Amino acid sequence: MPRKPIKTRDKLEYLSILDGKGKVDAALDPNLDAETAIYLYRLMLTARRLDERCINMQRQGRIGTYGPCRGQEAAHCAATICMDPEDWVVHAFREPSSFYHRGWPLETVLKFWGGYEEGCQPPEGVNDLPIAVPIASQLPHAMGIAWGMKLRGDKRAVLCYCGDGGTSEGDFHEAMNFAGVYQLPVIFLIQNNQWAISIPREAQTASETIAQKATAYGFDGLQLDGNDPLAVYVGTREAVDKAKAGGGPTLIEAVTYRLGVHTTADDPTKYRSNEEVKKWEKLDPIPRFLNYLLKKKILNEKSAAKVEEDVLAEVAGAVERFEESRDVDPLDSFDYLFVNTPEEVKQQRDEFAECLKQEGIGAGH
Amino acid sequence: MTTIEDTNTSQQRSKAGNMTMMNMVGALNLAMDDALRTDDSVVLLGQDIGQDEGVFRVTADLLARYGKDRVIDTPLAEGAIIGGAVGLAIYGMKPVAEMQFSGFAYQAFHQVEQHVSRFHNRTRGRYPMSMVIRMPYGGGIRAVEHHSESREAYYAHTPGLHMVMPSSPRNARALLLESIRCPDPVIFYEPKAVYRSFKEEVPEEPETMPIGKARIAREGSDISLIAWGAMVRPALEAAEDLQNSDRVSVEVVDLLSVSPMDTQTIVHSVAKTGRAAVVQEGPRNCGIGAEVIARIVEHGLMHLEAPIKRIGGYDVQFPYFARERAFLPSAERIANGLREVIAFE
Repeated sequence: MPRKPIKTRDKLEYLSILDGKGKVDAALDPNLDAETAIYLYRLMLTARRLDERCINMQRQGRIGTYGPCRGQEAAHCAATICMDPEDWVVHAFREPSSFYHRGWPLETVLKFWGGYEEGCQPPEGVNDLPIAVPIASQLPHAMGIAWGMKLRGDKRAVLCYCGDGGTSEGDFHEAMNFAGVYQLPVIFLIQNNQWAISIPREAQTASETIAQKATAYGFDGLQLDGNDPLAVYVGTREAVDKAKAGGGPTLIEAVTYRLGVHTTADDPTKYRSNEEVKKWEKLDPIPRFLNYLLKKKILNEKSAAKVEEDVLAEVAGAVERFEESRDVDPLDSFDYLFVNTPEEVKQQRDEFAECLKQEGIGAGH
Repeated sequence: MTTIEDTNTSQQRSKAGNMTMMNMVGALNLAMDDALRTDDSVVLLGQDIGQDEGVFRVTADLLARYGKDRVIDTPLAEGAIIGGAVGLAIYGMKPVAEMQFSGFAYQAFHQVEQHVSRFHNRTRGRYPMSMVIRMPYGGGIRAVEHHSESREAYYAHTPGLHMVMPSSPRNARALLLESIRCPDPVIFYEPKAVYRSFKEEVPEEPETMPIGKARIAREGSDISLIAWGAMVRPALEAAEDLQNSDRVSVEVVDLLSVSPMDTQTIVHSVAKTGRAAVVQEGPRNCGIGAEVIARIVEHGLMHLEAPIKRIGGYDVQFPYFARERAFLPSAERIANGLREVIAFE
């Protein structure tokens, strides 16, 4: 009856390919083809420019509270491009370019923050779940979709986003546990941005890493530099391939930083220092990836400026289309609750219609 | 109605053609068997529903018949059972999830409120939540705390859900099959006190009945008694007693579905009798009885000859089982309540 360390069967690794100083580990570099690399940069830049635009629009009262993703562009963009159309992506709420990549028009993303349910309706043929507001409650859904894939024998995978705060929720534990028990094809990607509103990562969990939590559920954990698009890409790609080959789930901890506010209703100077933010600004994924692309001659100054110009035009077009589609019918709040609407709900719809008529309110309000 | 005492799960063949005498456990099992047999997308999931056949044996033989990919034993986590069912439904399956007891379904309540009731609405029709969440509810089985309460009002108060509460083997089978076929989410509250308390003839061929339709369990002309779930049996007994002892004719309305609620059948009955009482196990404050009365007042006030009485349903915690027999509304207590309403002039 000896006393000895217990060895666990599952892998727990750290991955960084393109570091904050711009150095590349040539052996690990996935050498993305130019088209993919430029597309990934463009996606990241789209998230950045949309973010900036949305914060302005919130200040102008044109949309409601907005949750920016500034600083986390690599973590969500490089992961989502690893998924095929028949795969599923389950979102949290700081992944605007994942929606965009998957086929959601940018104006649909704006609609959610603008207060329209239309912002949560996936376009036909897009296998995604919309923004999930209750933290971590989307993880069991991702697990359930992966469960369906396994039961039906479909060689597909699910990518599910969550934040570091979400790992404290019961739903995180329960979803991870079921995923491990049934060895489901799901990738839980935790964007560890260091802050859950005002609670720092170290006050959220006593775990040294979030990635190591996977070990307890019987599958692999991977901590990676979440501001390194190459590491996010390689880590997610491997996890997806493994999932589709029947190798079960992976927990990826993408270590990143929320450079902006939690939402536009938040003042981060109340709980964190400017020095800390400045330190992370130096690790910003966007200039880091741009420099890599310039060095590799995938982009040059001119073509990079063209990407910037295209992105700004795309965001401006989306804002325009969003502003043009503000007309909605308040009555249709009754139309999507059920597939088969019960008689009493129909009667209440009629009653509401009568109220609107009396009050002179019609479609457009 | 047949009232054979039964402690045996095995279904007893009746002499009446294609009808079989069975208790509610057998009837629910038959509905799930019908569904699993006829629809490949149906999967059952829950704790101890496979090898153990459910703690009440409601899923008897189903694992053996349909295998572990259709009848799935899960880890012990209500939230993941329902949250997982949301994902399964989105992926096009029809999950029928069992909560071992309604008292433990609160661990999944956030998934029910935040997602099951909302996904279809949230995605403007893209992802219907076609699923059934079955759970045994109510007192009367001498169990420890959290195994006895009736909280149908929580679910009825949540837009986007159907809340179904059968009262007998035949309607339990028909309503469960209908619930599984329903494209919208159904909370299916099973009166566990009724599970084995009596048998009834149930057709062998699949039978369904519409959700949202009450039934007249007993016709009468002097007073309407509105009941649902496990309270229907003592309500019928009380009606019989009052007929024999007081020559009072009681009409018993069995709601079957508390949401949507069949206002028309309730109000029609009260219009006929002019008096009404409600009996419930669950708490009175903002309960289903209060909703029944609100509808009578809204749509049938002028028919009333007496104030409406709420029988049972005190706003206290359901007591541990040493006190539960005294606490649960009995036929006698219901009859006394009805006498009060009849005596009002």
